[in-house]
Amino acid sequence: MKQSVTVNKTQELKLAGAAKAALSKFKVKSPKFDLKTFLRKVIVPLASILLFIGLWHIGAKALFNIEADYKIQKALTDQGQAAANAMAACIASGDISCQPNTLPSPAQVWESFNTLIADHKVISADKLAFKEKTAALNEKRISEGKDPITYTGRPSFVDQIFTSLKTVFAGFLLAFFIAVPIGIIIGLSDTLRNAFNWLIQVFKPVSPVVWLLLVFMIVKTMTKDSNSDSAFIISFISVGLCAMWATLVNTAMGVSSVDKDYINVAKVLKLGPLQKVFKVILPSSLPLIFTGLRITLSVAWMVLIAIELLAQSPGLGSFVWEEFQNGANDSNSKIIVAMFIIGIIGFLLDRIMLTIQNMVSFNKNATA
Amino acid sequence: METETITIKDNHVNGISFPSDRIMLDLKDLKKVYPTPKGDYVVLEHLNLQILKEEFVTIIGHSGCGKTTMLSMIAGLNPISGGDIAVLGNPIQGPGPDRGVIFQAPSLMPWMTALQNVLLGVNRVFPHASKAQRKDIAKYYLHKVGLDGAFDKKANELSQGMQQRVGIARAFAIKPKVLLLDEPFGMLDSLTRGELQDILIEIWNKEKITAVMITHDVDEAIFLADRVVMMTSGPRAKIGDVLPIKFERPRTRKSVLEHEDYYKYRKHLIDFLEH
Repeated sequence: MKQSVTVNKTQELKLAGAAKAALSKFKVKSPKFDLKTFLRKVIVPLASILLFIGLWHIGAKALFNIEADYKIQKALTDQGQAAANAMAACIASGDISCQPNTLPSPAQVWESFNTLIADHKVISADKLAFKEKTAALNEKRISEGKDPITYTGRPSFVDQIFTSLKTVFAGFLLAFFIAVPIGIIIGLSDTLRNAFNWLIQVFKPVSPVVWLLLVFMIVKTMTKDSNSDSAFIISFISVGLCAMWATLVNTAMGVSSVDKDYINVAKVLKLGPLQKVFKVILPSSLPLIFTGLRITLSVAWMVLIAIELLAQSPGLGSFVWEEFQNGANDSNSKIIVAMFIIGIIGFLLDRIMLTIQNMVSFNKNATA
Repeated sequence: METETITIKDNHVNGISFPSDRIMLDLKDLKKVYPTPKGDYVVLEHLNLQILKEEFVTIIGHSGCGKTTMLSMIAGLNPISGGDIAVLGNPIQGPGPDRGVIFQAPSLMPWMTALQNVLLGVNRVFPHASKAQRKDIAKYYLHKVGLDGAFDKKANELSQGMQQRVGIARAFAIKPKVLLLDEPFGMLDSLTRGELQDILIEIWNKEKITAVMITHDVDEAIFLADRVVMMTSGPRAKIGDVLPIKFERPRTRKSVLEHEDYYKYRKHLIDFLEH
């Protein structure tokens, strides 16, 4: 017995030695692998996510208990001991009709996420079936010059995401095509900059809601006779107008603050005005323009939710609002799902912009 | 042997001047005034200087005396307050490619490659040449400054010294009448500075472009110049003294350092700067 233990121990030691050797070999092969960076870059963020979920779980539970106690207490004072006992039993049984309405736990949110995905699958299958069913009919209608029949069922959560993305990109493009050219023009001329500065300073801090109302006043009149999608038009224009200021200011600043040395080089070489703008001024202000565009995109995504909510145009914003109004048992967790989706998409959009920025600009050190 | 010195201002006063067909650059009674809230600040006044064709002139003087102001006025980047500047007898009108400039900072467009930076000027000056010809001109000068392997490197990937080499190539490639150099090696370490001085003087020996160079370095001033121009301290700076350097060309650093007059020249310049 004793012998075998020692044998085992020596084997263990041998194994440990082998492992060490393997590790050192591994280290030689890839000298970049480093336990410290691995810890810092993978383990620590992972741990913080777990900690976050843990705290959330505990917090949700505490809120749940407060709400449950309140419900039981209310039943006790209103209807007496029997009702209070019934309520306590009902809450403990997990019956939907009497669950306290409060912050959902991580598990509930995850469940809602799965529900939403399942719902999306059902709806898209339904859509496909509808398409197949109406394909022949629609062809006939188109040949007769009538509008085809379209699917008018409820949009799924995923559809809402794509609607929101479409709106935000339309708004972003609008901001881009307004703010960059104007920014360049006012950046080039001191006079124009002074002329328009007050306008920028006054309109920049205006709330998205007010922009929405302004756009609503104008678009409502302009689209009176057409059957275009005015909710979409209103929301993307409002998003564009809210979000364009960062790009406008940054572009003007970038263009007006080009390194004097570059301007002197352009002067000595007597470059023409167009060459000067396209070969010297624009490339050198690209980093600032892109910083502006990044801010614009993140602002656009942020105000989009509020604007969809108010303009009643489809998208994530109206999804959140409908769930809030709906008040179903899983509404709260669906709202939290939407919150995460909004956050993650916003983060991804910012990363995409950062990548593009690093690709096009000479300044390679741009970071988040 | 006493070193011969000429004071240009006296020349004008006495009417002794270089024959006009030898003069490339003529600064007459040049004046520069910056208006300030406390009244006008006169940087330069009564500044007279004539620079001959194919001459290399270095300018030394204390910091802030207005050397750079004078050079940027010649380049046309800084408006003239009084007097005038003429190139081959024609008064200058703003900046132009007939006066190439090598700035203190390399001032390359960091988003362009070395070749593109040189081509920027070449395309402008030789608009009728074919694309291949213009590329050849640019490549020739980049080769001359020793950047054979770095044509397609982005300017911001090059070291400071290599960037300044591109700056030299860019300036020579546009074939200017006058080359203006504003302390071009001031930001470099002394080894790199020596290398670049050699490169500069080698190309200059071949192209013989009239050159005006500001420097703080007395040895550099003597090594490169036909004449060293000393400016008085501002305000109201003008030409204080001119020292012709009579070494044979082409020069080598060694032959210059070993020349018997070298320390006389050096002492003359240092005496001027210390008074």
